[in-house]
Formats: sequence, C-alpha cells, structure tokens
Amino acid sequence: MARPGDPKFLARAGYRRRRMADAARLVPLIGAVLMLVPVLWPGTETRTSGAMIYVFVTWAGLIAVIGAMSRPLGRMMRDPDPGAEPAPAGDED
Amino acid sequence: MSFDVLVTLCLAYVLLLFAVAFWADKRAARGRMGWIRSPAVYTLSLSIYCTAWTFYGAVGYAARSGMEFVTIYLGPTLVMVGWWTVLRRLVRIGRIQRITSVADLISSRYGKSNLLGVLVTVLAVVGTTPYIALQLQSVTLSFDVFAGGGVRADGDSLTQTALFIAGGLAIFTIVFGTRNLDANERHHGVVTAIAVEAVVKLVALLAVGIFVVFVAGGGAGATLEAIDASEISEWHAGPARWMTMIFLSGAAFLCLPRMFQVMVVENSDERHLAIASWAFPLYLFLMSLFVVPIAVVGLDVLPEGANPDLFVLTIPLAYDRDALAMLAFLGGFSSATSMVIVAAIALSTMVSNHIVMPIWLNARKGGATVSGDVRTVVIQARRLSIAGVLALGYLYYVFSGGGTALAAIGLISFTGLAQVLPAMLGGIFWRGATRAGAAAGLSAGFAIWLWTSFLPSFGEAGLLSASVFTDGPFGLSLLRPQALFGIEGLDPVVHSVLWSLLVNAVIFCLVSVLTFPTPVERLQGAAFVNVFRYSEGAPGWTGSAVEAEDLLMMSQRLLGTAEAQLLFEGEAAGQGKSGYIPDVTPAFLEKLERKLAGSVGAATAHAMLLQITGGVSVTVEDLMKVADEAQQILEYSSQLEAKSQELGRTARQLKEANDKLVALSVQKDGFLSQISHELRTPMTSIRSFSEILMHGETMTPEERQRYSSIIHDETIRLTRLLDDLLDLSVLENGQVTLNEADWTLEAILDRAVAATERAGPGPAMTIDRDRAGERTRIRTDGDRLAQVFINLIANAQKYCDADAPRLRIVVRERQGRPVVDFMDNGSGIPQKAQAVIFEKFARVSDHRAAGGAGLGLAICREVMHRLGGGIAYLPGQGGAAFRVTLPRRQAEAA
Repeated sequence: MARPGDPKFLARAGYRRRRMADAARLVPLIGAVLMLVPVLWPGTETRTSGAMIYVFVTWAGLIAVIGAMSRPLGRMMRDPDPGAEPAPAGDED
Repeated sequence: MSFDVLVTLCLAYVLLLFAVAFWADKRAARGRMGWIRSPAVYTLSLSIYCTAWTFYGAVGYAARSGMEFVTIYLGPTLVMVGWWTVLRRLVRIGRIQRITSVADLISSRYGKSNLLGVLVTVLAVVGTTPYIALQLQSVTLSFDVFAGGGVRADGDSLTQTALFIAGGLAIFTIVFGTRNLDANERHHGVVTAIAVEAVVKLVALLAVGIFVVFVAGGGAGATLEAIDASEISEWHAGPARWMTMIFLSGAAFLCLPRMFQVMVVENSDERHLAIASWAFPLYLFLMSLFVVPIAVVGLDVLPEGANPDLFVLTIPLAYDRDALAMLAFLGGFSSATSMVIVAAIALSTMVSNHIVMPIWLNARKGGATVSGDVRTVVIQARRLSIAGVLALGYLYYVFSGGGTALAAIGLISFTGLAQVLPAMLGGIFWRGATRAGAAAGLSAGFAIWLWTSFLPSFGEAGLLSASVFTDGPFGLSLLRPQALFGIEGLDPVVHSVLWSLLVNAVIFCLVSVLTFPTPVERLQGAAFVNVFRYSEGAPGWTGSAVEAEDLLMMSQRLLGTAEAQLLFEGEAAGQGKSGYIPDVTPAFLEKLERKLAGSVGAATAHAMLLQITGGVSVTVEDLMKVADEAQQILEYSSQLEAKSQELGRTARQLKEANDKLVALSVQKDGFLSQISHELRTPMTSIRSFSEILMHGETMTPEERQRYSSIIHDETIRLTRLLDDLLDLSVLENGQVTLNEADWTLEAILDRAVAATERAGPGPAMTIDRDRAGERTRIRTDGDRLAQVFINLIANAQKYCDADAPRLRIVVRERQGRPVVDFMDNGSGIPQKAQAVIFEKFARVSDHRAAGGAGLGLAICREVMHRLGGGIAYLPGQGGAAFRVTLPRRQAEAA
C-alpha cells in the first residue's frame, strides 16, 4: 500500500508541526528578552526618542513574526496531528 | 462648542450603541452569526483592555514618566504573542469546562470550591471598584472640559454627571447583559457594541495623534526632535519598575475579570486566537504609537499646570479643532463605557453565581419544594449585582474625591487582580496544585495587597494614619505598608507587587505540596492540565458504540415523544434513511446535545450523552455541573411532576371508567339473564297454572280461585316490570312531560310515606321526619318527585337489615339548593357497589326477596335528572343514605 516515500513525508509534516509549536512557545520568550533590553541602558545617556524607536520597531517585528505564524498555527488547531504522533510530553504534563 | 451639542451627540452615540447591540442580539437569536462571531469582532472586543486609563491616562503617564507607559501594553502583547502556551489552554479549558468567570475557573479547578469562588469574587469586586470609579472620573472630567470651557465646574455638578453616567451604564448593561441565561454566557449584543466602541477609540486616538505629529508638530522628524528637547527627553525608567510593569500588566491581562470575560467566556472559536495573536498587539501598538508625541506637544503648548491626563482632549481644543476634540471625547467615552459594561457583567456573573445563589439555595433548603422561578432569581440577582457594582464605583468616586492621578488607581487595581495568577497558572499547568494551597496563597496575597497598596492609596490622611506609614502599625516597623520587613527605597508599586505575588506564589506552592487534594480536586486537576489530551481539536463525539435507540429513548423522556421523534426522523431523513433511527454521527450527537441542553442545561445534557455514549472523559465536573444546574433540572422536574400528576389523574379517571365499563358489561349479561328470568318466571307459572285450569274439570272452585289469582298476580308483576321498563325508556328518551306545580316537601313526603305504609313484611320501619325543614316550598312535578321518594323509602324498607329499622329524612340546604337526605341505620351499600346502584338491573345483593327488578334507582336517577336535580349515594352515614338534590328554588315571589 505505501510507497517508500509516503511515511517519510507524513513524518516530516508532523515534525514540522511540532517545531512550529516549539517556535510559538519561543516567540514570547524572545519578545520578553528584547523588551527587557532597555533595562540595561544607562539612564543618563539614553534619549527617549531612541528608546521609542527601539520599542516600536521591536514591537512591530514581534507582531510580524507571530502574524506570519498565525496561519499555520490556526491550521494546526483545525486539523490536529495528521501524523498521529503522540503529543510531546513537555506540552501536556 | 456648546455643552448641549455635546450632550446631544453623546446621547445619539449611546442610542447608536443600543441599536447595534439590539441588532446583533436579534441576529444572533436568529442564528445568523456571520461576522458577529468573526475573529475581527473577537480581537476588537479584547480592546476593552484599553480603558479610559489608556485613552487619557497613557498620555498623562507619558508626560510624567516618559516611555514607561508602554510597559502597560507590552505585557499583554507578550501574553498574546505567547497565546499557544497559555491562552489556547485557558480558552480550551473555558469551553470544555463551561467556565463562566475567572472565579468559576479557580473554584472549578480546585474541586468546585465555593470558598475560592467567594474569595476571588471579593478580590475582583474590591479590585475593580476603584477602576470603575476611575472610568466615571475620566468621563466626568472630559465633560467638564467642554462644559466649563476650561473653568472647572463645581463639585456637585460633576458628581451629578457621574451619577447620570453610572445610571445610564447600569441600564445598558442590565438590558443587554442579562437578556439570556445561557449556559455559555455569551452576550453577542454587548460584544458587538464593544467592537464598535473599539473602532471609535482607535480612530479617535489615531486622529489626535496624526494631528499632533503632522499638523501641530510639523512631521515625524520634527516631532522626534521635539521629544528630545522636552522635559521627558531623558530615559529614566528604573529597571525594577520597567520589569515589574511588564510582568504586572501581563498578569492583569490574564486575570482581570473583564478580560477573562471577553477572552475566554465570550470566545466562540479557539482559532480566533490565532488571528488575535497578532491583531491585538497591533491594536495596542497603534494605541501607543502617538502617546509620547501627544504628551510632548501638550507639555509644550498648554499652560503650566494643565492636567496631562486630559491632553488628548485639550490639545485639539487649544488648536480650536472642535470636531477633532469631539471625536476624542467620543473615544474617551467609548473607552470608559465599554470597560464598565463588561466589568459589570463579569462581576455580576461572579457575584450572583458564587455569593447570591449559594445563599439563596441555602436559605431555601428548608422547603423541599422548588418552584420553577430559579431562572428569574438568577437573572434578578445579576441585575441587582450590576446595579450594585456600578453603585460601588460611583460611591468610591464620590468619596475618593476623584483626585488621584489615573495611572495610580489603575496600577493598584492591576496588582490586586494579579493575585489570582499563581492559582490560575498553577491550576492549568500543575496537577499538584491543591485547594488549600490556592486558598492560602490567594488570602495571603490579598492581605498583603490590601496593606501595601489598597489602603495606602487613600493617602496619609485616609484610612491609614501618617504614623503607620513611618513607624508601622503599633510601632512594628517591620510591617510598614511601603517598606515591609524593613526593605526601604523600593518604588511602592514594585514593593507591593513583589511582596504580594512572591508571598502568594510561595505559600501557594508550599501548601500545595504539603496538603493532599480531595478526589474531586485531583480529577479536576487532571482534566485541566491534560485538557489537550482528551480533546485535541473540537471535542467531538466518538460514538462508535452508541445505540441510537437508547438515545431516542432518553430524548423522548426529555423532549417529549413527538419532538424527539421529529428530530430523529429529520436526522434520519437527512442521512437518506427512513424510519426513526439515524446513524449516530458525531455531528448528530452534538446537535442532540445542544437540543437537550435547551431542556436540562448544557452540563446535564453533556453528562447524559456521555453516559449513553460511554465517552471516555466523564469528569466529575460534568457530574458536579449536574448538581450545579439543579435549578434547571428542578424547574424542569416540577413541570414534569405537574404533567405526571395530570397523567395520574387522567389514568385514575380512565381506570374508574374502565371499572365501571367492566361492571356494566357484567351487568349487561346480568340484565339479559335477569330480564329473561324476570319474564320467564311469571310466564312459566302463568302457563302451568293456565294449563291446569284448562285441563282441570275436576277442580274445586277454591282451587280454581287460587290458581287464577296466582295467574293474576303474576300478570300484575309482569305488567309492573314492563311498566317500569317503559317508564325508564320514556324518561331516558326525554319524552316525558312534567306537570309542574307549587308544592311543599311535606306534602310530597306525606304522600310517599303513606304510599309505602301498607307494604312491608318484617319489622315495621320507624320514619323520623323533619317537619320544620319540610316546609320548604318548591316548584316541581309532585307526582314524579313522590315516585322517587316512594322508591327510596321502599328500598329502605326492603334492604335495611337493622333489627329496629329506622329511616331519617332530613331536609337541608346545600349551595342554595334544597336537598333531602334519606338515611337508614342498616349496613349500607358496599363501596364497590356504590358506583353501579343507579344502573339498570343493579341489585346489591342477589336476594330477590324484595322482588324488585333493580330498575327503581335507575328510574329515580332519570326522574331527578328530568326535574333538574339529582340523586347520589351519600357514603359514610352509618347506613345506606341517599341524597336527593332539588333544583334551585325559583324566586318565591314568582
């Protein structure tokens, strides 16, 4: 029934999905780190305008990244796990 | 711009919101959700995070502390960006466990503990009240800006404005927030109206910002230069505050009752989160983008001492842009109203579900009967709670004097509500979290928050005296509200957040580790933490082993036979099958569950289906929901009870009728044999005696005399029998003519007694009369009535088996009708015979000694019927007793 290529393809799709979920968990952490960078700035030398530009650019970048991920993640919610892999233990326990 | 125009515009805007809410509710009720349940509306509804505190307060915050204001929006951004980890789980749990509020989430997770529900509810009310006051204050102040043209109106009129606003909001919230008592607590009208308000406030703030940057400020580059040249050019955000604010706002975003309401409870599709994950941060981004420029221009343009919290409004006014100012005003108005509305709904749900209803149910425990008015009680409780919450906000506004800067109140509120965070996150990620831990942590955090943040917010002249601030309570310097344990120099907000959440989380974890959860908690813990394990994707039904017939049987019990059969037949037809048994598809099961939920409540329906389908995940929660929704079940069961009583009555009547029919059928057989017997006996003797006479030439005259008299007697008996039958048939066919005349009962009774005197072997019967009563005058057919009386007296003579038979005849009046009771002292008529004695040929005992054919009482009944009265057996009189009811007396003068 199965040609040699098929299972590999399915497994690959499942693998991609799991890495996508990992990325989704990672984004807020990266975001948090980026947003905490201003804490390290020395108070007297930093201008508000520069801080503003940094914060808003980072913010926009974060929105763009999670925006790009929202479609595949939404699809994952609609039809979960075609590869029928067990969910990674870290997620559920 | 005149104040009147402003008020008119404001009212028009409110009317528009009413219309939108009404229209959306209507549409939703017709099932045409369309874009009402779209991700766009969901995202926009999340914008109630941006209250008047954002709209006016952010600029004020920026004018005081520069870029730090942005932390309030970075926290929620990070939470939204991390939706896959926390929010997705929260929304899924909310849907599967049918959570109605943040208090419900906590109480449900920790074994349905009402203590925790009450704790969170109290925390939410205490924490939200200042926030509602804040909204009232900002709207009132913005009115004031227009009304006074800069000159501050007197305090009374401000208070009055606040009162009107609070009242109006209460009405809107009550109308659209308590329309239905859905199991899922969704308010489409309110959410749609809030989405509209979200657009208004975003457009308003963007318009002011664009105006400030490109018209007043002279372009982006010039604005950046102006920022660097302003008072807030220096970056002086302390690291502690920066981190604390991001954390605090993120925590509050999850824990605020109003956010939980729109994010989890009103969520209709989990996938909306995927869109909102970028769309809502974008909304916050746009809301924040122009805050610093507006603050800088305001500080630059407006006179010294102008309230920075109102720059959004006063800058357009300073440039004489009335339309823009108006838009800004509507934006602020929208921000305040939408927050208050959703907060009031969320709080009222908590208050009614966790405080009012438990008390009410407890108070009614004594009475076992539960009527169907429970729904009404819930809705009334919600309405009262909404009014109560808004009244509290108003009172707080009045008593606090509305002086504190907006940002300070907001942060205090955030810190209070963030106390729920450890219990919430612990609850959804850690199976080991226990009720005791949650309760201890929450209480500790709550107490520290009250001490370090809430009470000091009233100022040194407020609830805490100045000496408490400097020396601690009772001189205990370790407990100084803003320097706990002697650690000084922390910013008050950082201090309060640090201590309250730290102690809260540590105690929560420690107590959870040390205590042992109850079975219900453990089950709920597993259900919450493993929510994705059993319900990946939509929580569909896997009904392989389900018997459609069982489902039909159950549905019939709940929906009624006709409706259930219609539903099943329709489904079967939809599947291309005939008959009543469709294939059990998951879609069908879901449809059925929704249908059943309409009768018994969602949780019960779910649990019942689970029982039949043998679903793997019957949670205790499901079963407890069953208990929880007792009101619905009891309401339903009281209806059922009424119905079953009615059925019982009908069944009894049917049984009676059936018994009577059976008896009549027996009687009919009896009648046939009786009548042939009755006719045959005299006929036989007549024939034999006439044959003797025919052949008996040798007979003596005495013998002939005797035989012919026997023949004569028998023919008389036959005639009498035939007369009776004829009489009865005439009466039954209504062919009788009555000769009505005026009589006294005495006269008729005299006739009847006289007519019965000569009859009678056996001991003579004493008849007691009631001469006084007998003077009653009636208009009737005296002969016929006498016939009835004669019959009754004769019967008494025949059947009374007492040694000294005695008949009492009493005349009374019952409901304006004269009645004559005939009561003897015999053994009476056995109960089983009472039902048939008025039927033809009914004889109680078989002894024919009396010689009647059993037609007497039947005739009596027909006669009385014709006369407009009645006759009935009167049980329980110590003997046989009959009551003859005479027709209502005609006017005596007539």
